[in-house]
Amino acid sequence: MSRKISYRAAMREAMHEALANDPRVFLMGEDVGRYGGTYAFSKGFLDEFGPERIRDTPLSELGFVGAGIGAALGGMRPIVEVMTVNFSLLALDQIVNTAAALRHMSGGQFSVPLVIRMTTGAGRQLAAQHSHSLEGWYAHIPGIKVLAPATIEDARGMLAPALDDPDPVVIFEHAGLFNLEGELPDDWSADISSARVRRAGKDVVIITHGGSLPKALAAAQALAEQGVEAEVLDLRVLRPLDGASIMASVARCRRAVVVDEGWKSGSLAAEVVARIMENAFYELDAPVVRVCSEEVPIPYAKHLEEAALPQADKIVAAVKGLFA
Amino acid sequence: MIEFKLPALGSDMDEGTLLEWKVGVGDTVRKGQVVAIVDTSKAAVDIESWQEGTVHSLIAEPGQKMPVGTVMATLLEAGEAAPARVGAGDTAPAPAPAPAAAAAPAPRRMISPAARKHAEEKGIDLDRVTGSGPHGAVTLDDVERAVAGAPVTPVAAELPAAALEQGKPIDRTADMRRTIAAAMSRSKREIPHYYVAEDIPLAKALAWLQAANAARPMPERLLPAALLLKGVAMALQRYPELNGYWRDGEFQAAQAIHLGVAISLRQGGLIAPALLDAGSKTLTQLMQELTDLVKRTRAASLRSSEMSQATVTVTNLGDQGAQAVFGVITPPQVALVGFGRVAERPWAENGGLKVLPVVTASLAADHRVSDGHRGALFLRELNDLLQRPEELEK
Repeated sequence: MSRKISYRAAMREAMHEALANDPRVFLMGEDVGRYGGTYAFSKGFLDEFGPERIRDTPLSELGFVGAGIGAALGGMRPIVEVMTVNFSLLALDQIVNTAAALRHMSGGQFSVPLVIRMTTGAGRQLAAQHSHSLEGWYAHIPGIKVLAPATIEDARGMLAPALDDPDPVVIFEHAGLFNLEGELPDDWSADISSARVRRAGKDVVIITHGGSLPKALAAAQALAEQGVEAEVLDLRVLRPLDGASIMASVARCRRAVVVDEGWKSGSLAAEVVARIMENAFYELDAPVVRVCSEEVPIPYAKHLEEAALPQADKIVAAVKGLFA
Repeated sequence: MIEFKLPALGSDMDEGTLLEWKVGVGDTVRKGQVVAIVDTSKAAVDIESWQEGTVHSLIAEPGQKMPVGTVMATLLEAGEAAPARVGAGDTAPAPAPAPAAAAAPAPRRMISPAARKHAEEKGIDLDRVTGSGPHGAVTLDDVERAVAGAPVTPVAAELPAAALEQGKPIDRTADMRRTIAAAMSRSKREIPHYYVAEDIPLAKALAWLQAANAARPMPERLLPAALLLKGVAMALQRYPELNGYWRDGEFQAAQAIHLGVAISLRQGGLIAPALLDAGSKTLTQLMQELTDLVKRTRAASLRSSEMSQATVTVTNLGDQGAQAVFGVITPPQVALVGFGRVAERPWAENGGLKVLPVVTASLAADHRVSDGHRGALFLRELNDLLQRPEELEK
């Protein structure tokens, strides 16, 4: 029996399960304890699991992400919550220079089984310091895995394999998805290695992830009414990319549109397009195109913010440009 | 030095392919002499020189496609010395002809990687495939259509290429004959045709047309053909089993009615491009589009959508034709409607005899999809519609 649940509740359930089942797991971050989490993901956890395992931290991303790395090295399984990807830049040194590099630099002697969760994305009028999509930056770094759960099942299912992974895993949760409600099937177990087709089609594949998935699905629905059968491929795992699934969809559909809330220049979308060129050039029936955010800091004003982001109508227009 | 450029042979020509030079380097050229044969979209044309001189260099190479205005050759005027090579002494020999690349290259055709690969696998000559993608790009679908349609078999594709190598012009008429032969053979091989016919009195329709035309300026006058086409489109709306394709062992009804109109060409052969969405157009629109379509068909400037989208075909023999025609269906379509000559005939009605303009309408249809009874009802419907011509206007 499936049941109706929100993305927020699914993620909360996943953390609750991890905390309840494994004494090595603890949660650490700004406002995760007394306030119950900036987005209420950990409401009630402090009372249930106590201050040793639900730890409020000072406003110092560098400090508490570093502490998480230390705890992971010491045998714990920390979940470190960073309020937004914009703030995570303060912790980049810990993540890139330490967490991602230690296994390599220690000749395999140390592993860092750390999970860092952070909110990403725009759409809530939080302006240019709380709204960016920098998943592509993290996906550039060898030594970490990067996940982008975009569905209820993945919100529920991806945390457990992330905690089981012996290496650092960064999970990007798009704020636009938190209130998403849907049916959670009984078997919500998820892998952290593959992309997944969310809608089958044959005329074009829309490749996307995270907060752009619902927009891509809406675009595919609109296109279906106009006679274009669009496939929607959810990348899910941004590093390492599931190239085989991407190429299979491209070979099936012959046309591809990559939708990414990051900026075009040097983006994850650019990486996907490059891989298609390297591996599936002769399958293509049209140039691969991208729908990304406009190259501006995300604006505060609602109409400007909407205009700056990928939207379903922009995706539809991009797809239609591939047909005469 | 005289530059011999590719001339425009008509307002709709913007490029041509050199098939053969009729002169060589050092030859003297007279005014009016044929110096080359160039293939345009319509025909192979002899190109004359309107200046006198001695051929200095032949820049264009046979097989090369170039835009109008491209310098194809240079001639020396009488008494003009061959120019010395730049920077060389006066003992330098006559310069070698400039490489063909010096001529403005024709823009590269857009062909998708998937289409190119598929064409190579299937032995399809891409020069003979019309592109339907953005900016006329050739897509995989275009190649698949070329593979499916008998016209472009590897054998047929090789022939013009071989002719080109030998410096012979392409035999366009023979090419078209081969295309028609392949499509019609396939039709008669695969489609179990049945035929029904109906004599339709046109007195009311022609009288209505005359009255309608009285109020119209000459260029906007309606021809009976437009009325017949509109009648067919409207009748087909009630008989969808005649409008569509037989594919993969089953009938696929078409959503819109794209009437393929068989148009004979002056040089022989015929093409049946489509009047798109004929069912939803007014008579005036249909007439304008028909005129435009005939003009462009004869100028060989059809759009690819018109070439590939017909869902049913209409052949209208017109004034020069026979009394009736029983056509061969164009695969993968499932029906063909034919009209013979409109002529005065004795007509028995209500126990009396009159003389009326009458046309024999026929239907050739695919028995796998529809039966003679329905086919006959379709012709009756067409007859009824043509007795109420004012309703066909909208």
